[in-house]
Amino acid sequence: MTESATIAAGAAPLIKPRTSKDDRVMVGFILVICLYLLITLAFPLYAMLSKSFSTYAFDLTNFEFQVNTGDGWSETFNAAEQNEKIQKFKPEDLVTSSDGRLAPTEFFPEFSFRSPTLYKLRQVRGDTSFLFGTERVDDTDWHEYSSNDFRRIVIRPSGATGLDNFRTYFSTPALFRSIENSLFISILSTIITVSLAFWFAYALNRSRMRFKGLFRLIAMIPILVPSLLPGIALVYLFGNQGMIKGLLFGESIYGPIGIVMGSVFFTFPHALIIITTALAISDGRLYEAATALRASRWRTFWTVTIPGARYGLISAAFVVFNLVITDFGLPKVIGGQYNMLAVDIYKQVIGQQNFEMGAVVSVVLLVPALLAFGIDRYVQKKQVAQLSARSVPYVPKPHKQFDRICLGYCSLIAIFIVGLIAVCQYAALIKFWPYNLSFSLDNYNFKVMDGGGWDSYTNSIQLGLYTALAGTVIVFIGAYMVEKTNGFFATRSSFQFLAMMPMAIPGMVLGLAYIFFFNNPDNPLNTIYGTLLIMVICTVTHFYTVSHLTAVTALKQMDREFESVAASLKQPFHKLFSKVTVPVCLPSILDISIYLFVNAMTTVSAVIFLYSPDTTLASVAVLNMDDAGDVAPAAAMGMMIFYTNVGARLIHQFVSRNVVRRTQAWRGN
Amino acid sequence: MFTKLIKKSGVMTCVAGALMLVMSQSALAVDLTVYTAVEAEDLARYAETFNKDHPDINIKWVRDSTGIVTAKLLAEKNNPQADVIWGLAGTSLLLMKSEGMLEPYKPKGVELLDPKFVDQSPVPSWTGMDAWVAAVCYNTVEAAKHNLKPPKTWTDLLKPMYKGHLIMPNPNSSGTGFLDVSSWLQMFGKEQGGWDYMDRLHKNIARYTHSGSKPCKLAAAGEIPIGISFAFRGARSKAKGAPIEIIVPEEGVGWEMEASGIIAGTPNLKAAQTLIDWSISKTAMEMYNTAYAVVGMPGVAKPVKYFPDTLLERMIVNDFEWAANNRKAILAEWLKRYDSKSEAK
Repeated sequence: MTESATIAAGAAPLIKPRTSKDDRVMVGFILVICLYLLITLAFPLYAMLSKSFSTYAFDLTNFEFQVNTGDGWSETFNAAEQNEKIQKFKPEDLVTSSDGRLAPTEFFPEFSFRSPTLYKLRQVRGDTSFLFGTERVDDTDWHEYSSNDFRRIVIRPSGATGLDNFRTYFSTPALFRSIENSLFISILSTIITVSLAFWFAYALNRSRMRFKGLFRLIAMIPILVPSLLPGIALVYLFGNQGMIKGLLFGESIYGPIGIVMGSVFFTFPHALIIITTALAISDGRLYEAATALRASRWRTFWTVTIPGARYGLISAAFVVFNLVITDFGLPKVIGGQYNMLAVDIYKQVIGQQNFEMGAVVSVVLLVPALLAFGIDRYVQKKQVAQLSARSVPYVPKPHKQFDRICLGYCSLIAIFIVGLIAVCQYAALIKFWPYNLSFSLDNYNFKVMDGGGWDSYTNSIQLGLYTALAGTVIVFIGAYMVEKTNGFFATRSSFQFLAMMPMAIPGMVLGLAYIFFFNNPDNPLNTIYGTLLIMVICTVTHFYTVSHLTAVTALKQMDREFESVAASLKQPFHKLFSKVTVPVCLPSILDISIYLFVNAMTTVSAVIFLYSPDTTLASVAVLNMDDAGDVAPAAAMGMMIFYTNVGARLIHQFVSRNVVRRTQAWRGN
Repeated sequence: MFTKLIKKSGVMTCVAGALMLVMSQSALAVDLTVYTAVEAEDLARYAETFNKDHPDINIKWVRDSTGIVTAKLLAEKNNPQADVIWGLAGTSLLLMKSEGMLEPYKPKGVELLDPKFVDQSPVPSWTGMDAWVAAVCYNTVEAAKHNLKPPKTWTDLLKPMYKGHLIMPNPNSSGTGFLDVSSWLQMFGKEQGGWDYMDRLHKNIARYTHSGSKPCKLAAAGEIPIGISFAFRGARSKAKGAPIEIIVPEEGVGWEMEASGIIAGTPNLKAAQTLIDWSISKTAMEMYNTAYAVVGMPGVAKPVKYFPDTLLERMIVNDFEWAANNRKAILAEWLKRYDSKSEAK
């Protein structure tokens, strides 16, 4: 189907036959990367979707009985007929999960284990089984039991497909409430984060306060740590033994309060980046006009600043909403009894081994995430260029009182961020909080704890490096091909669509989908299950969209003339790519790789279902140690991730500076 | 470029193949992949002690918490990666057995074990190693701050003074939590009494944790005065200097065994059987005894430091078959009744 479309589209521009060979090679590349995204994204999601429809129910027609009350064996009858007769179970009662059990004594209201009645039981087909005690029986022979033995029999469900899982989900109040909780927390966190980040960005862009560079740096800290680290810090601050728990006035940190505080912490930089960009492109002439018209500061703010930043605000809101609703580490650490969707997936799969229900919750979680993503895309499309060639950048004028307020506000936020990180480091160094406050390095002895010890730390670094390397290559080549190919419209747009998808897929959902897809013995790719490779693939795919957009933005800055010139000079595209495109885009390429590295170090949700004992990760170790009650070592490991990311960023900065000096001299500044 | 690559990879395969041939010939040792939920700090010691008797079998541990190992085994049901399970909750092994995933085998010396620790089928599918027993971890320092008196019985925990000072594992995610719940149902009444008890207990519970060791660790850290957990964890925390008492409620306490079995279809059946034989030997039992007060072979266990002496006599007669076959229904009922603690706030 795609093929015929591409051929038709490719055949159309006959005017430029010379480029067609190059173009075909490039489309070949696109198709390869398309295939990669299909295998690592679309197929697993499909496998998960079909899993959510795979149900288990007791097939009563398959179980036949004969009863002997002392006067010979009765006629054969099956459990379904008997159920009909005594009106015991409704069809929905027979739906269960793979570990469901049903005692056949339920079909005999007069049953007593003391009676001398004998029972015979058989299965019509051998595709179900029943248990006698713990003994599994899956043949089709008649089995005879005394009534005392008969009570030890339970029948097991058999598989089918249908919507029953969803029905069960929506009729379980505890599960259903998670939807409300998740929406409530996400909306509240979004409002708080976006407002806080807006004023922070406003202060950075519109005031002349001091230490702007420092504030920018501090505000980015949360990106460098796993989302559950603020949760651990909050426990030390506000838990029952917390340092400043009085500030909560008796409220418990375990629950909505903790989740919202932690969410604000870890989503703050994401919102800030978007809003800063939106505020930075404002046109100074509008402010001059406002001053000339004698508009008050307040009025200018509402008629110029906010409309100018509105798309940024909306975009930030959706990004934050998506981050919070799909995050799993934070509510797991500090959520207490407050159930959220992402944690439900974990509980279903790890706690109850109910993979089908895990898939159902994943599908439910996909809905708000996809919706937020869709609306955001729609709004982005409506945005028109604000910055014209005649725009004048806005330069804030000094204003003592305003600058002082800004400084105070930003300091508060900075103290909140640095404070939480500092608390974690402090907790990691304390011997036994709160009874023995002497310093020690005991908590760094990861070997005797859950989570995989120091190996998990080196594994994480490996994962980070491989992800950065492989991801950057795949993403950049993909972006180049899709940006610079001529024609082949259908292929390119379907690639664009695939590349945008990962943004909307929660990490946990992707991870769970990978189990269903890659752990299938019929899948020839199942050898990668349980290896580091599958986690590299999962992480690259999970963070594909942002990397792709970064690459596309960089490539868009390069005029397509380059390709035309290269073609007229009869230079093959790969020469142009390696001699011109890559060097010009090198700063962006480095940005993509550091983005992938940092995220690979901190992600929990994407890999929680995929690590194996040989490939434990530092971020997962933080979660597992906290789960086992080793909170201080969890904080210690979390801080190791932090320092590693700081180090990586410093190296990145150093390399970037050198690279810029060597390759970007032509930019002239 | 591609042909080059193919050639290169061809050469590589040859080299790798040759290497593997050399390796398999030089080392006669068998690699056994062993899935386990035994505490991380004990694994190296277990393998070392085993290798003293059987140096030719090389154990490759795959360790995780009970829930995760069980989920992993079930997920790999049609494509098993493990050879042996050594040290996983008995209820999980019952589940594996009902899925037909275990290879029945009668290990040497099985008659020396307490019958409670052996699968009752003619050829057993699993054998028990040791037991972990429910207990209450009681932080004396924090309790004093709240003027609490130490509880003696499960019923004591219903007193209003403990309200909000009590924490226990969620049975939906924790094996320890499930053994608590199943023991209360067995002691106080499966149909009504057990649930009545939990209804009232629920009012005092501050929150439910995901893991079974966390309540005791939280009690040890003073985050909460009383944690319903298991004795082993309490003893470890106490050894580390935490101000806790381990209380064994008088009515009796639930327990669960750590058990072992062979995965059906393993290519290393001989080695797997050797390991299972050894896992119930006296040497092994003595090894388990350094951490666990109750082991599968009667007469071996010596008292373990920090374990309360009343522990053994207060273990209930646990009906594992009932617990395993009703697990799903019990958890569903529990979820319906209590998994929305936040609602009450």
